[in-house]
Amino acid sequence: MKQKTDVQQGTLALMVLKTLDVLGPLHGYGVARRIEQISGDLLSVNQGTLYPVLLRLEQEGSVASEWGPSENNRRARFYRLTPAGRKALQEEKRDWEQTAAIVARFFDVKAGELS
Amino acid sequence: MKALNRLIRRVVNFTTRRRGEERLREEIESHIAAQTEENIRAGILPAEAARQARVKFGATEPIRQDYRAEEGLPLLEDLMLDVRYALRVLWKSPAFTLVGIFTLALGIGANVVVFGVVNAVLLRPLDVSDPHNLYQLRLKPWTSGKALTTSYPAFEDYRQRNTTFSGLAGYNGFTGGRLRWGNAVKNVSGYSVTGNYFELLGVQPQLGRLVQPTDDRGPNSAPYMVLSDSLWRTAFNADPSVVGTPVRLGKYPFTVVGVAPARFHGTERFQWPDYWTPVVNNFDAKYLQDRKGRPLTVLGRLKPGVTPERTAEDLSAIAAQLAKEYPTTDTGVPLRLVRPGLQGDARDVIRGFLYGVTGLTLLVLVAACANLASLFAARAADRNRELALRVALGASRWRLVRQLMTEAIVVSMLGGAAGLVAATLLLGALNRGQSPPPGQVAVSVDTGVNLAALLLTLVSGLLFGMIPARQVWQSSPLQAIKSGPADSTPRRRLSLRDLLLGAQIAICTLLVTASFVSVRGMVRMLHAPLGFQPQSAMIAEMAVSEEGDVPLEQKKKAMLEAVQSIPGVTAAGTVSKVPFTGGLRGIPVFPPGTTEFTLNHSVLEPYGLTISPGYFETAGTRLLSGRDVSWHDTAEAPHVAVVNATFARTMWGDAPAIGQRFIVFDHLREVVGIVEDSKYNEIGESPPPAFYLPFSQHEQANTTFIVRSQRAQNEMAAALERTLSGFAPDASIMVQSWRDAMAGALFPSRAAASGLGVMGLLAAMLAVTGIFGMAAYNVSRRMKELGIRVALGARTKHVISAAVGRPIVLLGVGSFAGLILCVLASRLLAQIVYQANPRDPVVVLGAVLTMALLGLAASAIPALRALAVDPSKLMRTE
Repeated sequence: MKQKTDVQQGTLALMVLKTLDVLGPLHGYGVARRIEQISGDLLSVNQGTLYPVLLRLEQEGSVASEWGPSENNRRARFYRLTPAGRKALQEEKRDWEQTAAIVARFFDVKAGELS
Repeated sequence: MKALNRLIRRVVNFTTRRRGEERLREEIESHIAAQTEENIRAGILPAEAARQARVKFGATEPIRQDYRAEEGLPLLEDLMLDVRYALRVLWKSPAFTLVGIFTLALGIGANVVVFGVVNAVLLRPLDVSDPHNLYQLRLKPWTSGKALTTSYPAFEDYRQRNTTFSGLAGYNGFTGGRLRWGNAVKNVSGYSVTGNYFELLGVQPQLGRLVQPTDDRGPNSAPYMVLSDSLWRTAFNADPSVVGTPVRLGKYPFTVVGVAPARFHGTERFQWPDYWTPVVNNFDAKYLQDRKGRPLTVLGRLKPGVTPERTAEDLSAIAAQLAKEYPTTDTGVPLRLVRPGLQGDARDVIRGFLYGVTGLTLLVLVAACANLASLFAARAADRNRELALRVALGASRWRLVRQLMTEAIVVSMLGGAAGLVAATLLLGALNRGQSPPPGQVAVSVDTGVNLAALLLTLVSGLLFGMIPARQVWQSSPLQAIKSGPADSTPRRRLSLRDLLLGAQIAICTLLVTASFVSVRGMVRMLHAPLGFQPQSAMIAEMAVSEEGDVPLEQKKKAMLEAVQSIPGVTAAGTVSKVPFTGGLRGIPVFPPGTTEFTLNHSVLEPYGLTISPGYFETAGTRLLSGRDVSWHDTAEAPHVAVVNATFARTMWGDAPAIGQRFIVFDHLREVVGIVEDSKYNEIGESPPPAFYLPFSQHEQANTTFIVRSQRAQNEMAAALERTLSGFAPDASIMVQSWRDAMAGALFPSRAAASGLGVMGLLAAMLAVTGIFGMAAYNVSRRMKELGIRVALGARTKHVISAAVGRPIVLLGVGSFAGLILCVLASRLLAQIVYQANPRDPVVVLGAVLTMALLGLAASAIPALRALAVDPSKLMRTE
């Protein structure tokens, strides 16, 4: 089996933002589950590392949080995207797409085109 | 923006001590519960489900740490923890802490005081606009004494002919007199300045206007006076309507036109004028044409891009031109540029002195650091087991080193703060209780001084913190825990602590010796032959007015007779200028038969003084041969002179000088007497040649009466002033004791002796604490061993040598090294002290004795403690 990719902090933060963008307010467990599902278990995070990232995003002002009841009536902390977070997400998304496009073009290059 | 938000939140969290511990714990709990439920739903047994949930979540402790680190400012938090721990540890050993703080407070305090003075005297720029571009003209030969440069006509020539200055201004810094306004009278001294003086310096008035270029419109065209801030405040109660007030200076009327700003005190740091008047209105208007004198000090601003060297060449060329044009008056001596502020060349002396003292003060700090380093090292050795335990429990060495460094820095900060406060108080007291001779110089603790104190504190903290840190770095926990507390470090032949103590003692010996040298220098200086006896003599300086019908000579004679008849006066005489009060200059002397009195025909430029009969007797100058001047040497009689021994030897060698002739002040004069040499400007000078003329044969308005009497000084001063002002109510009369008048000349040696004396005292204290600390520590660590020795029947001698032998040996070696250092540093000492000679046997003996006594005193208590060891008690306790 292939080694699970070590998720870098920045990527994880981006995933968190995107998850909250798509699904609306979520608690920490929900975010973790979602990321795990989408990355197809390839990115099974050491789930706890999510919490410092969430805190950091909150301190940056990208997300806000408050207590609320979870589906099974537990007290859970719900995170939601702030307008600043949405803007940050768009910027990051653009950056990623640009990077990805450049890398993709490099992979597409054939030997003859470089000479 | 995001980063800023984050930083702000972190700082807020840090300062409000808000902690999300609870929140994180709850979130983790809820997360794991949710995961467990999910697992159970997937068909896993409940116990296993919870375990897997936890595995998936990962180790909570690192997450918690990350979370905390993200939340606040971890570096600062750790630092706070360290500091708090350090304070707790230090609090638990108050004696150690107090000694540390006190030691460092001494070192830092001494440095702050010295740096404050250096800053005020040397480093801080003058309060004029663009001070870096301001220069003072000075004659090329290095001369001590007052900063006189040119005559007024020569100044005008320089101003018109030079090509390198954007502006030249001159001032006469030696004017003064009795200031009268309303019914009040006050003796003042001030500057008479050229019209562009304030403009050149870029000074703006705080009230009214200053002297301005349009005031230069010929003699007596501008009877205006600008007051200094302090005169305005003390004499005029800071009256804002002072502008327009008529005042009289001497008998000349002036009108106050403005007040200079509070921060401006002219360009001399030690001589603050009370007022400024236009040079065209100086009461001695003659000197606007006279090329002979050199009353003006000249300041100038260079044009951009011009170097001082080129300027000096340009000026010297002009001087040579002037010497050709006016051969009888202008010497053509080349000029150079110096920085204004410290009486011309005195700057070099003052700088040497201050930097020398600074060096010695830094040594005090180094000795204090060595002292503290050995204290801390001893403590670290005692705490070896604690530290080893912490290493064994997983603390990183780096963490421990940081902890010890923090302790050192905390102690150094406390000590530095204490030192700074003490120094500030001391400097404040110095400023208030300033004696007039060194003049006013405002020493204040400004930002620079504070920064320097902080820097010194930090550096010394790091210095003495490094020693214990190094010890911890190298220690092995296993060894420390295995061995007992009494013997935790292997005894090397020469430990680092021994070296530290040795170095400390060497430095202290150096300082103690230096203070002995300076005190010796001071004593020697006080007994140096001056060629006159200033003790118990009073002097009264005044300008005798030339106006009126009575000739000056007769006025003076009448005044002298009046002074002589004051009850209690045993001797009285007059002289044109008292030695050691400055303002003397060489007067060209020509051999008989000279027809062309150009300066290059002169044979000697001795000092010339005019005196009354009886001056030598009053001053205490011995007549070697011939006779004193007498009342019979009138203007009609053949002109005579008395010369000093150096004059006679230089002019005529071994031939008898009496009966020889020379020409000075346009008259052929015959030598009728020879007096002993004396000093004129400073105690260190080799005796200059000088001649004395009877005042009846060469008139000078400036006169100083010298009076000896049996009566109390203040009584005599009052009587003198009363008598003299009866003759000249308007003249400014300065009465003081001759000693006080000389205080300025003696000040450097006094300052050196007291400064170095204090430093020697500090050093002695440091040496005592160092030796005491080491010996006491030695004894306490070896208590058990000493107990066993005593139990086995060791003799007193052996116990003592075991207890304090090592410190005593170190004392000997260190003192010897210190004495050698002192001999090597004699050049430095020579900068500070008159005739410094560290090889003087009295000094060496004194230093050795002092150090021996200090050593004895410091090791006595530990030695007694060692002797009082009671073996049975000791065995039972350990």
